[in-house]
Amino acid sequence: MRQFPISRRFATGLIAGAAAVAAVFGAPFGVDGASTAQAQDLKVGFIYVGPIGDHGWSYRHNEGRLSIEKALGDKVATSYVESVSEGADAERVITQLASSGHNLIFTTSFGYMNPTLKVAKKFPNVKFEHATGYKRVDNLSTYSGRFYEGRYVQGVIAGMMTKTNVAGYVASFPIPEVVRGINSFIRGMRSVNPDATVKVVWVNSWYDPGKEGDAAKALIDQGADIISQHTDSPAPLQTAENRGVLGFGQASDMIKFAPKAQLTAIVDDWGPYYIQQAKAVLDGTWESMDTWAGLKEGMVAMAPFTNMPDDVAAKAQETLDMIKSGALHPFQGPVVNQAGEVVAEEGTVLDDGVLLGMNYYVEGVEGSLPK
Amino acid sequence: MIRLESKGEPSRLFSYLSPVLAMVLTVGTGALLFELMGKPAGPSLYAYFIQPFTTLYGASELGVKATPLILIGLGLSVGFRANVWNIGAEGQLTLGAIAGGALALAFYEVETPLLLPAMMIAGVLGGMAWAAIPAFLRVKFNANEILVSLMLTYVALLLLSYLVHGPLRDPDGFNFPESRLFHDSATMPTLISGTRLHWGAVLAVLAAGAIWLMLSRSMLGFQLKILGDAPRAARFAGYREPKLVWFSLLLSGGLAGLAGALEVSGTVGQLIPTISPGYGFTAIIVAFLGRLHPVGVVIGGLTMALTYIGGETAQIEIGLPAAVTGLFQGVLLFYLLACDVLINYRLRFGRRLAIG
Amino acid sequence: MDALTLLLLSVMTAATPLLLAALGELITEKSGVLNLGVEGMMIVGAVCAFAVSVSTGNAAAGIAAGAVAGAAMALIFGFLTLTMLANQVATGLALTIFGIGLSALIGKGYVGIAVAPLAKLHIPLLSDIPLLGPILFGQDALVYLSLLSVLAVYWFMKRTRAGLVLRAVGDSHEAAHAIGYSVIRIRYLAVLFGGAMAGLAGAYLSLAYTPLWAENMTAGRGWIALALVVFSTWRPGRLLAGAYLFGGITILQLHAQSAGWGVPSQIMSMLPYLATILVLVIISGDRAKIRLNAPACLGKVFHPAQ
Repeated sequence: MRQFPISRRFATGLIAGAAAVAAVFGAPFGVDGASTAQAQDLKVGFIYVGPIGDHGWSYRHNEGRLSIEKALGDKVATSYVESVSEGADAERVITQLASSGHNLIFTTSFGYMNPTLKVAKKFPNVKFEHATGYKRVDNLSTYSGRFYEGRYVQGVIAGMMTKTNVAGYVASFPIPEVVRGINSFIRGMRSVNPDATVKVVWVNSWYDPGKEGDAAKALIDQGADIISQHTDSPAPLQTAENRGVLGFGQASDMIKFAPKAQLTAIVDDWGPYYIQQAKAVLDGTWESMDTWAGLKEGMVAMAPFTNMPDDVAAKAQETLDMIKSGALHPFQGPVVNQAGEVVAEEGTVLDDGVLLGMNYYVEGVEGSLPK
Repeated sequence: MIRLESKGEPSRLFSYLSPVLAMVLTVGTGALLFELMGKPAGPSLYAYFIQPFTTLYGASELGVKATPLILIGLGLSVGFRANVWNIGAEGQLTLGAIAGGALALAFYEVETPLLLPAMMIAGVLGGMAWAAIPAFLRVKFNANEILVSLMLTYVALLLLSYLVHGPLRDPDGFNFPESRLFHDSATMPTLISGTRLHWGAVLAVLAAGAIWLMLSRSMLGFQLKILGDAPRAARFAGYREPKLVWFSLLLSGGLAGLAGALEVSGTVGQLIPTISPGYGFTAIIVAFLGRLHPVGVVIGGLTMALTYIGGETAQIEIGLPAAVTGLFQGVLLFYLLACDVLINYRLRFGRRLAIG
Repeated sequence: MDALTLLLLSVMTAATPLLLAALGELITEKSGVLNLGVEGMMIVGAVCAFAVSVSTGNAAAGIAAGAVAGAAMALIFGFLTLTMLANQVATGLALTIFGIGLSALIGKGYVGIAVAPLAKLHIPLLSDIPLLGPILFGQDALVYLSLLSVLAVYWFMKRTRAGLVLRAVGDSHEAAHAIGYSVIRIRYLAVLFGGAMAGLAGAYLSLAYTPLWAENMTAGRGWIALALVVFSTWRPGRLLAGAYLFGGITILQLHAQSAGWGVPSQIMSMLPYLATILVLVIISGDRAKIRLNAPACLGKVFHPAQ
């Protein structure tokens, strides 16, 4: 007769330990699933590229979803699918959303562009909204935030706060959105500090806290005393806090993670747009359009200006107000690229088409952008 | 508490019954889990297991999702029989996608029926080339293929990222990281209109048949089995291990590469930074769910596809978060894997103790 | 602190989670069990460590919770593969899927919460020695634990009877069983140790490396740890070298980018993987020696004959 291979005492101890752990977690174990009631006027579907617990991009879109529920109450039901790969899975999930009674579907990552387009053509009565893309049809709108406007404000702050005249930028992938942000940041910085430069490290991930933090350390080690980031986690900002330098939050206000280091943060606020579009469908006024909204519309918001002297805060606020009022454009001429060529003359502004596909650095960025 | 008693020889009955038992246990556990989450058990289970079959589109998607899993799982199962541990099928798939996709882009202007077969061959060769690296390093330098194939997966994904951010980027695409959309002559035709089920599914079934024949009828199949079960005996019998290592890796790499080429030409239609949601890793599970048998791999691939699609459906219909569907998928796999013990053993609950 | 010290500190931070998890897996594999679920155990360890640390305000309790949670995950694996004789490779992968789901569920209420980073040791005078001071005497507890574990595992395997038994079980379970050792029991212990160490690695990530919880924050480090065990040819000293090599090149390529090297970042990011392969090829020359170290029964099912 052979017994269970681990002794009784040993197993009991383990189970007691596991029970203790379970007890600690008992409290927060609630799940906030999506509401999926049937009889609503409007069913809104969302598809996210990451988990909603990433505390970054997908998290903010989910906050937007929740704000629709809050604002429109019983009139809407929402559902979502998270962590959907941008490959073959996307088209299936969007199709499933469209064929299961959703009248409005938000696809919240660039990689969903072609799948969304394909499904939109198959479901002409369903309205689609694709974030950060450029392909539209009658029932497919596009929308995105002018995050570069916020980055210009951050640049102004960085330019005034830096002592080494070097800022570090933790970047994800060399796509126009990120390159545009880097350029806007250094232009803001140089507008108040002509000697400033920015160093860039690409981590080739939107989301890897450890690596993002390591990149921030490398930048700080090489003289950067301001850290900006275009990746999702608070890790670069936390690193800045630990190393005693300054930084900016990304997507959310991250002051909790860096009470002494966060100067401000760009906050993605999709809620108002989502509510507006959901209402438009309810009212029958929805039309296909392109929305590229910024500070003025509130899709891009700034967290409070903290950890800086009053004059810097005042200058930041002034810059913010000027961008809102249209008196200032982050890419108003002269815009000079890294090679020293003028790409926008004095008195002109880089148009949205150029900004959308931006694939070169402006002056002040160190290193070269791989082609 | 639990002990196992050998049945002497494998039970044919239980080789069919054990998955059924696993499903019963899964449904019971699932019901409990969903109720705990505050979701109704019945509709949740329906959404997970039944709803995907209720529409032609849903059912066809099972085939779409299972095709790469089956192709890769088939190749891996051959290697696993011989204790050749290719953990890097994801990378080989990626190289296949790159090779097939690059060919489609190179002949972007050309309309020819030869393009599709050429893309498939390029995919196979791409996957083989990537798998040849661990094969060569193991045979020549004794470097362990688990490490080499796994590390090369990351390299392959970065290579793809580099290519779609740079050389293979759509020239009219505002510098976004994606290639042009392939033309019709580079797109795998579908089997049923209105669905995405393409000829790749047929290839997967053919591959299963071919591998079944090879394993059961050829000397090579026998040698692979001996090498896995009794490597010393295999050496004694004069089987050349390097040859079998090469064969296993090239076969699994080639099939993974084919899966990659099919994925870009059949369902995605262009090169993008993420082509596979981890098919190369999931296929390892598929190979073992299928008990390393070609027919089993086909069933395992379909089962695994169902768990993913069912998970998506449950998110949409019931509002279960992906965390719960992932947890449930894990539980289901635990049961499926554990119940196979009943084929060779019977359980005895000995010595009535409160807890063992 | 000077630049070199800072660089070395970054490398140590990057290497520590890999080292912790890989040491655990090394012991597991030495007993003849291949557990591919390191990533899953690590992520559950990370979330439990974070949750307990936040709930109790006690980092030590958090670290302990991480280890217990990792071991609890390993217990599931052990039950399935050792008692129910399920296939180890597939079960390990399923464990990772399970763990990612479970961790997300547990962590629901902890996203966006900050916790103070794990305290760094500071010994007056000693920690202030240039270059070596902060490295030798200014780290957090888990860094020391990882290094001590290397010594402990080395000592355990080379010098203790239990270590000998562990190796015997991994090399030939039939023979070990015949001599009268309880193969299954020993393997359970080895699997649990592996889980606890993976849990500690997770705790290091969520409490020290980047003190936060977010889903999937392990970002594939469990897989790298698995590869490093192979790299080490099951020797703790080489494991240490491997973890620091991988961590070191990861950090160096970030520095090179920051310094403005014009190489595409994707190519730079490939370097740690390529370097590991290259070094493996160089050190794998001695076939006989590797065969001697490799647990012969790795991944094989054992059921004692009636």
